[in-house]
Amino acid sequence: MSATKVTSPIEENILKNLEAGERVLISGTIYTARDAAHKRMSEALEKGEDLPFDIKGQTIYYVGPTPAKPGQIIGSAGPTTSGRMDKYTPSLLDRGLKGMIGKGYRSQEVIDSMKKNKAVYFAAIGGSGALITRSIKAMEVIAYEDLGPEAIYKLTVEDFPAVVIIDSNGADWYQLGKQQFNDQHTRQ
Amino acid sequence: MKIITYGEIVEQVAKMCQEANFDLGQDVVEAFQTALKSENSEIGKDILEQLIQNADIAKSERVPMCQDTGVSVFIVEIGQECQVSGGSIYDAINEGVKKGYEEGYLRHSIVDHPITREKSKGYNTPSIIHIEMIPGDEMIIHMSAKGCGSENMSSLKMLKPSDGLQGIKKYILETVAKAGPNACPPLVVGVGIGGNFERCAYLAKKSLFRPIGHRSERPELAQLENELMEEINKLGIGPQGMGGNTTALDVKIEIEPCHIAALPVAINLNCHASRHKEVRL
Repeated sequence: MSATKVTSPIEENILKNLEAGERVLISGTIYTARDAAHKRMSEALEKGEDLPFDIKGQTIYYVGPTPAKPGQIIGSAGPTTSGRMDKYTPSLLDRGLKGMIGKGYRSQEVIDSMKKNKAVYFAAIGGSGALITRSIKAMEVIAYEDLGPEAIYKLTVEDFPAVVIIDSNGADWYQLGKQQFNDQHTRQ
Repeated sequence: MKIITYGEIVEQVAKMCQEANFDLGQDVVEAFQTALKSENSEIGKDILEQLIQNADIAKSERVPMCQDTGVSVFIVEIGQECQVSGGSIYDAINEGVKKGYEEGYLRHSIVDHPITREKSKGYNTPSIIHIEMIPGDEMIIHMSAKGCGSENMSSLKMLKPSDGLQGIKKYILETVAKAGPNACPPLVVGVGIGGNFERCAYLAKKSLFRPIGHRSERPELAQLENELMEEINKLGIGPQGMGGNTTALDVKIEIEPCHIAALPVAINLNCHASRHKEVRL
């Protein structure tokens, strides 16, 4: 299947043209964060502190990798369920977060905030961590090192495979894909 | 009386934990291949191909197929004429898990306290251990590396007896539909019916240990498993919830007697990384 190549941080004019259901290959820089890191970032914001990295225009990948084996850059690193980050997401979008990679449904609050802030939500294939790792070329810990696999890492990726699930207009491929499939199926 | 040593259990469990995470069972791989032939959606086919490729990489490079290397769940069948020497079987299993996970570079995913979320000090332990006594002198250890994406979308409900078969089917279909992409389809759907509140959950979990493609020995349940497979795959959710006709790789049902007033139903979802291993001592 054909895929659109994008570079993260994703430029606004490219981001706004990405459509739900479109396959992409992401290269560039992305940051990891999952439950514990989101909680800490949210607590930092509540206290009026800065986030551990400049989030403006950036992409966050919801992942907690396995430990790297000797000689590996990173262990298996597939996406975790995004919905657990929903509570913390709108405040990050308001501060300029533009891309998220995970898997699974997002809440209406997140979708509304994405439309308002013009952001995109991608899904990677859950349970394909051994394959995804091949597209990760460098890893560097940025913050919350004590959290181990839940720390924030800066990743350099090359042709990281994903699908646009919710685009900046709020179109949701989890609804559209199922609908499109069912429509075709009933017609046959 | 047959004696099985503590050390032997530690070694076997450590090995099982790694094999479960590196080497996806042939039953699952074959189910991917079968699904690839019947899947109608392009994106669905593409995902199934990547899952086959992922399983190949995990096996050949001995790396975990998924970063969620799971909670280690054990069902241990212990013969009444079999004895463990050198320590408790619970400690032996946990020591084996710790060893297997740590040495295999698998992820430590356990918090000791569910509310404070304090990380456990024992690497990926404690595990969940169920023990069943059986006749004879054999010990059979069944292990599952159970991922949490699908566990989180599992469900239990005390139905009314008047809800009947239709009510049961409706509840199963609703649970799978609600889980959608979150549970990492294509799924293995484990269903426990009867028993009581905690027992039906155990039955649902236990059903997932049956290899894919193995039908229930009870003809009425085997038929129900087939019917549900067909109906679930008509939901259109597809691989990873992106649309398609491969939503479930299999449906497993276990039943037990229950109270005249009860109809407990539990649905334990398993993602496509259905990681199960078995060893006989």
